[in-house]
Amino acid sequence: MTALIRVKTWWTILRICLEERLVYRGDFALGTLMRFLPIVTQIFLWFAIFEAVKDARNADDISSISLSGYRYTEFVAYYLLTMLSRAFSSMPGLASGIARQIRDGEVKKYLIQPVDMLGFMLLGRIAHKVAYYSVAMGPFALVFFLCRNMFSGLPAEAATHSLTTLLAFLTSLVLGFVLGYFLEATIGLIGFWWLEVTSILFIYMLFSFFLSGHMFPLDMLPQPWSTLVDLLPLKYLAYFPSAVFLGKVSGAELVWGLTVEVLWIVFFVALSRWLYYRGIKRYSGFGG
Amino acid sequence: MSPTSHPANPERPQYLRVFLTFARNSLVRDMTFRVNFLIESVAALSWMIANLGFYLLIFTFTDSIGERTGWGQYEFFVFLATTMLVNSVVQAFFMPNAQEFSELIRTGGLDFALLKPIDTQFLISLQRVNWSSLINFVAGAILLAFSVYQLVTRADNPLHLTPAAIILYPLFVACGIAILYSLMVSLAATSIWLGRNQSLYDFWFYITNFSRYPMEIYNGTFGLPLRWFFTFIVPVLIVVNVPARVLAQPLRPDTSLGIAMGLFGIGATMFCLAASRFVFRRSLLSYRSASS
Repeated sequence: MTALIRVKTWWTILRICLEERLVYRGDFALGTLMRFLPIVTQIFLWFAIFEAVKDARNADDISSISLSGYRYTEFVAYYLLTMLSRAFSSMPGLASGIARQIRDGEVKKYLIQPVDMLGFMLLGRIAHKVAYYSVAMGPFALVFFLCRNMFSGLPAEAATHSLTTLLAFLTSLVLGFVLGYFLEATIGLIGFWWLEVTSILFIYMLFSFFLSGHMFPLDMLPQPWSTLVDLLPLKYLAYFPSAVFLGKVSGAELVWGLTVEVLWIVFFVALSRWLYYRGIKRYSGFGG
Repeated sequence: MSPTSHPANPERPQYLRVFLTFARNSLVRDMTFRVNFLIESVAALSWMIANLGFYLLIFTFTDSIGERTGWGQYEFFVFLATTMLVNSVVQAFFMPNAQEFSELIRTGGLDFALLKPIDTQFLISLQRVNWSSLINFVAGAILLAFSVYQLVTRADNPLHLTPAAIILYPLFVACGIAILYSLMVSLAATSIWLGRNQSLYDFWFYITNFSRYPMEIYNGTFGLPLRWFFTFIVPVLIVVNVPARVLAQPLRPDTSLGIAMGLFGIGATMFCLAASRFVFRRSLLSYRSASS
């Protein structure tokens, strides 16, 4: 019985969030399409680089050239796939929202209601993403359909040929969402101590922009940088799912990658729980 | 203002003095929160350094951007430095004001600006100066000096700096700033009609994103229409390309193409300034005060 009530609560939360999102669906779909624009310039940039390399090597065609193991079409596919993985793992406004709730004293409502803050917000995010995808699916499908040629000629390990890889790719997307949520929630919970987290958030955004693989495939990096990004959890937010899809990570390496990702999730779940527990202890709310 | 100092037109405000007062007030405000100022400067700078790292990585794989376009590593760094110079000025002087403008419309605070005995566009677009953004101007200048030095002293095919290039470079940088300013004022003005313009700022970001690379990269079936659009309709490609070419490309400002590009750049700047002025004044006519 209580389980049924709980599911009903979740369903209500989900439905409210969904309806909220779908009010401005036209504006939202247009905004999603516009988000592909920065990729357009990136693709032109890489095409110009491939042309220059073709010229320098006296090659006939750019399809015979690969830079750091990526052919031109794979670069385009990589950027499109990072858009997809970022759509799962990015959490706009989560950390700053948590810090604001701490500052404004809104956190109090989680102390007096029988609702867990991190769980409640996780549900909100899931609803947010479901709503996002139900509208953004259109623009995404359109762009991927227009670029379908970029996904031809991938190796046998790629998700276009292998069902296992496709499943691993989908798993890494979902895990990327969970990791992104708990990572940003952890940053937001620092607000119990610092109140203003904008500066940490900015540093986090800077690192995540360049070291998550959003800007370029991370395996292009020379040493010692490649070791550094391997040690950070950021690569799971954009690079890892895309690399899995393209068949760059397979076999034992893939299993190891997913295991480390799960370990990172466990780490951040534990850390955010602990921060919340300690934060509540030192938190004092005034006024109504 | 004493009428004796301006016998011809006693009512005319001294724009330069007003602007200097704005700049000083902003500096005082920034210096009140000194640590914040420092953090903002470091953040802006580290963003640029990370960007530079990305291009350094690119140049480990290739010698130039585009096939025989002449954009080698240091030529491109002149381009990048020019981008930094232009963007830092826009971010320091115009960005904070454009963001405030839509807020003024929403809250009805624009009433106060309209009542002041000074040009409204001037007041709206220069009221606040974000001094911390200027750190990238310094960084851009250093990168520019370093790259030009590398180009001038390299063994094969060194760059000859002509006096014309040295005079024209700052002129075209100023043109670029003016074009971006016009674009920003026009976009901000539309918030009078739309009420809110959050997505318009995203739009601004996406549009200017196209100005950050040499125009040669926009090639082929999809590239050429893009290049035409962003040269002749929304001339953001002029902003960085023209000054960077004048300085870094063996681009003879004396040949006919160079002259044509330069003249077009100046013409486009004039047109953009006039158009943004027109849009701004038209939008003010539709303003309905929100507060009273």
